[in-house]
Amino acid sequence: MNKQLNRLALVAVLMLVALIVATTYWQAWAAGSLAAKQDNAVELVSQFQVARGLIFASNGKTVLAADRRVKRNGQSFYFRRYPSHGLAAQTLGYSTSALSQTGLELSLNDFLTGSTTNLSNAIQRTLDRLGGGTVYGDNVTLTIDAGAQALAQQLLGNRCGAVVAMNPHTGAIYVMASSPTYDPNLIDKPGGYSKVLKTTGTCGGSSALLNRATDGLFTPGSTFKMVTAAAALDSGAFTPTSHFVDPGYCEEYGKKVYNAGNPDQNGPESYGGVTLAQGFEHSINSVFCNVGKQIGAKTILEYARKFGFYATPPLETPANQRVPSGLYKNNKLWFPKDPVTEVDPGRLAFGQFTMVATPLQMLLVGATIANGGVVPRPYIVKRVIGHDGSVISRTRPTTLGRAIKPQTASELTQMMISVVQGGTGTHAQIPGIQVAGKTGTAETGLNHVYTAWFVAFAPAENPQVAIAVVLEKQLNGFGGAVSAPIAKAVLQKLLHR
Amino acid sequence: MGADALTLSFRNRELAYLILVGVLTAVGFASVYIARKSHVSAASLTYAIFFFVLYLAAHVVARFTVPSADPYLLPLAGLLTAIGLTEIYRLGPANAFKQGLWVVIGVAVFAAALIFLRQDYRLLENYKYLFGLGAIGLLFMPLLPGIGQTVNGSRLWIHFGGLQFQPGELGKIALIVFLAAYLREKREVLAQGRVKDWGPLLVIWGGAMLVLFATDDLGGALLYYGIFLAILYAATARLQFVLVFIVLFLVGSAAVYQGTPHVRERVVNWIQPWTTHKVHCALNGQMTLRQDCASYQEVQSLYSIAHGGYAGTGLGSGLFTTAQGHPLIPYLSTDFIYSALAQELGLIGVSALLLIYMVFVLRGFRVSLAANDGFSKLLAAGLTFGFALQTFVIVGGILRVIPLTGITLPFVSYGGSSVIANFLVVAGLMLVSDRANR
Repeated sequence: MNKQLNRLALVAVLMLVALIVATTYWQAWAAGSLAAKQDNAVELVSQFQVARGLIFASNGKTVLAADRRVKRNGQSFYFRRYPSHGLAAQTLGYSTSALSQTGLELSLNDFLTGSTTNLSNAIQRTLDRLGGGTVYGDNVTLTIDAGAQALAQQLLGNRCGAVVAMNPHTGAIYVMASSPTYDPNLIDKPGGYSKVLKTTGTCGGSSALLNRATDGLFTPGSTFKMVTAAAALDSGAFTPTSHFVDPGYCEEYGKKVYNAGNPDQNGPESYGGVTLAQGFEHSINSVFCNVGKQIGAKTILEYARKFGFYATPPLETPANQRVPSGLYKNNKLWFPKDPVTEVDPGRLAFGQFTMVATPLQMLLVGATIANGGVVPRPYIVKRVIGHDGSVISRTRPTTLGRAIKPQTASELTQMMISVVQGGTGTHAQIPGIQVAGKTGTAETGLNHVYTAWFVAFAPAENPQVAIAVVLEKQLNGFGGAVSAPIAKAVLQKLLHR
Repeated sequence: MGADALTLSFRNRELAYLILVGVLTAVGFASVYIARKSHVSAASLTYAIFFFVLYLAAHVVARFTVPSADPYLLPLAGLLTAIGLTEIYRLGPANAFKQGLWVVIGVAVFAAALIFLRQDYRLLENYKYLFGLGAIGLLFMPLLPGIGQTVNGSRLWIHFGGLQFQPGELGKIALIVFLAAYLREKREVLAQGRVKDWGPLLVIWGGAMLVLFATDDLGGALLYYGIFLAILYAATARLQFVLVFIVLFLVGSAAVYQGTPHVRERVVNWIQPWTTHKVHCALNGQMTLRQDCASYQEVQSLYSIAHGGYAGTGLGSGLFTTAQGHPLIPYLSTDFIYSALAQELGLIGVSALLLIYMVFVLRGFRVSLAANDGFSKLLAAGLTFGFALQTFVIVGGILRVIPLTGITLPFVSYGGSSVIANFLVVAGLMLVSDRANR
């Protein structure tokens, strides 16, 4: 009988060996793919065992995101709270107890949970975990200026729009405000999310969750004349003193396109003989229409591309919360195969046609002119600091390449100074500081309802701050009248004047 | 003379191992205490002492009744019980107290079995039909509400009102005794193929099938049937009998699979626990992904295991509740205790746990091999193989080696009937071993 018993013993041992093999499979081989499963409740909960890193404004004091510790069953869990109640809400995003994440909370998750660290941190974290201690995520300091950000949000009020400001040399974002906005603390509260969804601002039917600064596309209107003028000057086709005759309209395809349709223009309907610089100062459509006809849509679009159009602007926020600017067709970015026949160059030149841009993109145009023709690479994370104080990462400013010659940039700067000194943008004047700017008032298809723009930088001779302001669906609201004062106030705040 | 020295050294060895187990238990409870000191009190350490005293008592009984028995079995059982008790304590201190009481009863039953059977346990052979009927009765008990209530209401359990008792666990022991006795007697005639002697065995086959069909207890059926086949093979040495019965089992299982949605669901969950498209969810009548409904428990248990990785989270630091405090996995301290252990002890820890089972099983077969008579051999082999198979059925189910069926992990799971049945396994093996070594 012993022979059978030995065989039975072998079967029993093999069964137990199979269990060890299977355990090894799940804990070593398949562990990674299981951890990545959507419905993995254990991994979801384990994220809340990490004391999520804090998020600070650039002063290192204003806390934008912090933790709330909850003890349950003898274990500590950390949930998010937002002490600044929605300062830069859409940029910051949120992280809820169901682990629904948006904004920087989503894109910086690996830092905030301490998953992306150097070796010594990784060892420390493992020891913390085994010792039952709390694992701390890395703290993030943004480039956001808390005071200016709050001011911009306050000035936007419940109007729909956005304010973006940056250092034109480094690309550091000082302000990224979008309105309507919301309090991220609400998201996790019962009924809070639907309350946020119902926040639509004065423009109606629009989401407070949308980051208009990077995810909102607006017709740039006359602010696009910066791009057209840059193309005209940089290509050598025109100079600021090039002469034009403005009869009050521009003739295209045998039809007259009247300046009267341009709400951004100030002064008389027909200026007569003007220079290119004057046409820019007073935002005369006929002048730019003729520029467009002469240099062609292809040249304008190529320069637009150099300024960053047709590419999703780089930033630390999630890629799906940023969109590229350019011509759109059927809600899709569209670069014409044959710009000569497919694009109306006159209308494109003054920023109508199907051209749409994000506030961040128009800011990059202004910042590039302020930066001597080089496009700064925008960034919003200043540095990431481990819980032990060690520097995990520090952002080094870089550029996205040169768009225009320094000479062109300085000519455009002069033209933009004129806009604020005596043109369409006089509401942006700051005593003692030279401001350079460009207004834009784009038609929306509704009578007397406009998208009001202002793009500026200051001080003009030594630019420290560039800014773009957009307000949606403004009834009789012109860029120079409604957006320029916001730009002025935020510039003053950022320049401490 | 030499034998005396040997027997003395056997029990002293057992004592030494038990002291080691006691120290390990203390370390285990201390580690839970350190990890969860905000939640549990230092008094928890008294569990370790209480537990050690219990096993010391079992050791003293063994010293007087079965001095020549294998010295590893009791310490190994103690180690497994300690691991289970520590984890049960970590998951729910209240359950650990109840489990502690069950261990007291288990040790008492163990002592009683050793004391009553120390002269000659082989007299059990004379009552084999009583055991056979008893086994069937116990297996069917959950089906009969009257008897079931009588059991729950019997005087012994009144004190522990909330405790559940699975008669099937004891039925398993009774079945092994019956099979060992019956097959020892009939092995020659069976091997020759005399048809009328197959009667009782076919009754067992039908019984297992009925249990499977009526109680949906796939795990139980697999276990009883596996034990039956193992003892049948050991007794007759005829592999073809085993194959015939496996075919019969498969035919029966296929019929059951067709007939019972519960069994079908288990098999479907086993083959495809994750779906990418929504399927009908019987729980709420809606269309959901299978991992969010029918296979939720299996899938979350696998996540729990995977979360442990190589080293585990450490005793007391595992994640078994949502951040809101709701349990992630139902039946964690009973059927699914392995996935809790796997998370906290990691691959290194649970591999060691499985090796402990392996050592126990090998000692059990050693006892069987060393036994002098057929009944003893079959009894020890049956008890040991049943022990191994039960471990395989539950852990293999959790690890998706086989379809999941809810039975207890020997010595480790929370559950009174399981503890008592397993102490009887140890008692049986030690009785056989003592006789063989005498």
